[in-house]
Amino acid sequence: MLNVSTGRGPRPAGGGFETFSWYYFRISGVALVFLVILHLFIMHVNTDVSCTTYAFIAYRYSNVFWRLFDWLLLTLALTHGMNGLRVVIDDYVRSSSTRIWLMSILALLLVTFFMLGTITLITFQPAANVGAACIH
Amino acid sequence: MYKGQSGMWSWLLHRITGLGILLFLFIHIVDISMIGFGPEVYNRSVLLFDWWVVRLLSLSLVGAIFYHAFNGLRIMAIDFWQKGARYQRVMFGIVLAATVVVFIPFAYYIIAPAFHWLIQTPTANVGR
Repeated sequence: MLNVSTGRGPRPAGGGFETFSWYYFRISGVALVFLVILHLFIMHVNTDVSCTTYAFIAYRYSNVFWRLFDWLLLTLALTHGMNGLRVVIDDYVRSSSTRIWLMSILALLLVTFFMLGTITLITFQPAANVGAACIH
Repeated sequence: MYKGQSGMWSWLLHRITGLGILLFLFIHIVDISMIGFGPEVYNRSVLLFDWWVVRLLSLSLVGAIFYHAFNGLRIMAIDFWQKGARYQRVMFGIVLAATVVVFIPFAYYIIAPAFHWLIQTPTANVGR
């Protein structure tokens, strides 16, 4: 059981959610390595943070590709991270009632942040005046 | 007391960096949602990330991300590569080295703008 819930070691046998989780960590992980490093390069090397302004996002989000890119990043990072937090809680919390409470909070957090991120991405419409390209 | 070897440290670091990155992800989703409030409000959150203290915090985030990414690849090598388990210790060394090597150029680009006031000549500011 410990092997299963740490997400390390042998692949959990017998199917079910833990097997799915084991594969999900690895598949989303490979994708995230590329997506996150590209994201870091764009936002910190190619463009300095001081120039990642409203105007920058308005320009960037005029292309649907970047909205899709960011949505994929949001979805994979959030689900990968929340699944990790689930494993951590499983490892350290022994009382089953506390566990149910924490898992419920986890599910609520997942839905809330996923919705907030998705709504932000979908509903963004640049203002008429997008402001300065860089903040100084 | 149990004293693990490289396997324990790689596992512990993976867990701590993962939790740290998730915490930042929550903050990041909220700060990006500020674009819904227009340029004035959003650019104020950019101003926060431009502050040198937050730039230093960004360094720890970037370091955590690179470690977590490279060690994740190491875990997959142990799982799927037949000789993976035999070379896990060597691969841990490679993970640490790769983290440092990739971190240094990124760190330069992130922190250098915080010191522009040091290296800028006075005349360079006139046009601003």
